[in-house]
Amino acid sequence: MTTEKKSLLEDLSSLLGEQLVSVQERLGELTVVVRAADMLSALTLMRDAEELRFAQMVDLCGMDYSEYGDGAWEGKRFAVVYHLLSVVHNRRLRVRIFAEEDDFPVLASVADIWPGANWFEREAFDLFGLIFTGHPDLRRILTDYGFVGNPFRKDFPLSGHVEMRYDPEQQRVVYQPVTVEPREVTPRILREQTYGCN
Amino acid sequence: MPEIKNYTMNFGPQHPSAHGVLRLVLELDGEVIVRADPHIGLLHRGTEKLAEHKTFLQAVPYMDRLDYVSMLCNEHAYVQAIEKLTGIEVPLRAQYIRVMFDEITRILNHLMWLGAHGLDIGAMTVFLYCFREREDLLDAYEAVSGARMHAAYYRPGGVYRDLPDSMPQYEASKIHNAAAVKKLNENRQGSLLDFLEDFTRRFPTYVDEYETLLTDNRIWKQRTVGIGVLTPERALALGITGPMLRGSGVEWDLRKKQPYAAYDKLDFDIPVGVNGDSYDRYLVRVEEMRQSNRIIKQCISWLRQNPGPVITTNHKFAPPGRESMKQNMEELIHHFKLFTEGMHVPEGEAYSVVEHPKGEFGIYLVSDGANKPYRLKIRAPGFANLSSLDEMVRGHMIADVVTIIGTQDIVFGEIDR
Repeated sequence: MTTEKKSLLEDLSSLLGEQLVSVQERLGELTVVVRAADMLSALTLMRDAEELRFAQMVDLCGMDYSEYGDGAWEGKRFAVVYHLLSVVHNRRLRVRIFAEEDDFPVLASVADIWPGANWFEREAFDLFGLIFTGHPDLRRILTDYGFVGNPFRKDFPLSGHVEMRYDPEQQRVVYQPVTVEPREVTPRILREQTYGCN
Repeated sequence: MPEIKNYTMNFGPQHPSAHGVLRLVLELDGEVIVRADPHIGLLHRGTEKLAEHKTFLQAVPYMDRLDYVSMLCNEHAYVQAIEKLTGIEVPLRAQYIRVMFDEITRILNHLMWLGAHGLDIGAMTVFLYCFREREDLLDAYEAVSGARMHAAYYRPGGVYRDLPDSMPQYEASKIHNAAAVKKLNENRQGSLLDFLEDFTRRFPTYVDEYETLLTDNRIWKQRTVGIGVLTPERALALGITGPMLRGSGVEWDLRKKQPYAAYDKLDFDIPVGVNGDSYDRYLVRVEEMRQSNRIIKQCISWLRQNPGPVITTNHKFAPPGRESMKQNMEELIHHFKLFTEGMHVPEGEAYSVVEHPKGEFGIYLVSDGANKPYRLKIRAPGFANLSSLDEMVRGHMIADVVTIIGTQDIVFGEIDR
């Protein structure tokens, strides 16, 4: 398994060269970071190059790193993580691309490279507010019609901002500010890696 | 000649063949579909966000509620992601138990699919037959976990407990007298493994029954052959996985290609379709049920011969035994910390996949070292499958939409998450 992964790494560096910002191999999974400016050419190459042939984009996922390590994160806030699969070579690859601007995160759409990315990008747009330029139909997908906000961003509260109820006087469903108190049963605790080891 | 315009029709979300809460906006030219726009999200519960606010262990039951007809397969991907990040060793017996229950789940899922798909396109009887067999398998779920559906049986590091030595019995009631109860309890006299072994002996004949009803049935073939054809290249590009991809002739099954748990020690075949239409996908799934039955048989004989622990002894991740907890301060502390604060998963990211009955089910878990996941992304196979609906239904008649929704085997719990 390791030799195979090594050759994937070699193939990637020989084909992409300077375009790879960083490469990490952990737990038998290879992660590469590509700049947003190079993303379309790099991802097209990953799909088409004979040595790589990542014909399937298995997963596309938005990330918000703003609270990573309780404020220890220093890089860009938003990223998109692509999980690619090559059926021919039986390999997987993770590609991470950071959005340049934190206030208005924009990336290029890969729906032309892998048509299956269409809905995944709509999902990331809906939940994280990431904009994908060149997407054929960038609409909300999972949240309600007329929803305001991006619920999976770390600054969006778990209980949300509005709740819905039936109003007997107006005889229709109305939205109102949430009445639930935010609560945390088990607090989030970050400990040093060696905690509890003696 | 008057000019005839396309018209738009709304389908669902409260339509029986919408399999839950699918809303489709169909643009029609007469009876032919020009465009289909699925509106999803009516069952969105924000599972991924909820998991960020729960400890790692508390998120396990949420996994059952994703694809609520293949509960344990979802859990498998999740616990596997934690195991990958923490590096916990899972006892071999636990891995075999997991494989056995994954395959029981696969049969459960495919039976549900076959019944509902048959019902959608006019084969009423299959539905009743399928649910008869589901009952036995749900009893196995119940015997092992106490719940018929939402089992929460897998744990990071193994499974919650070993297989039971006895099966729950029916009791006499207004409906069943003592003689009827005795007959009902006939195959429940031994352990869970005996009960399942009896099932695996009976099951192939049941599959033959379904095939007698459907495989050469003229109406069934007229409704499914040539409907929703997917070429292998297109299926890959659209992100389609699982039986849908194999129905198009791509020999890709994670249980064989990237084996996990104990699958590399078991003997089974991967059925592959030829034409990539709904009928081929039906044949693939029926054959998968037979293969799952084969795997369950092998697991039963292995589990009989190899008793042993079913959960890791690393008490940072799995609770200590009740008895030692009462006698030993160290164990008491472990127990307390595990259930108040939860386990800490080392910083890092992992993508763990299982061959779910519907396709590739992945969990992308990012941890920053806290007692809760930093981000949990659920890669639901149904999401990618459903996104291809527009392309698959174009040019088909409106009645074929129902066939194609059925053949995609969609369940909204996982698509909307």
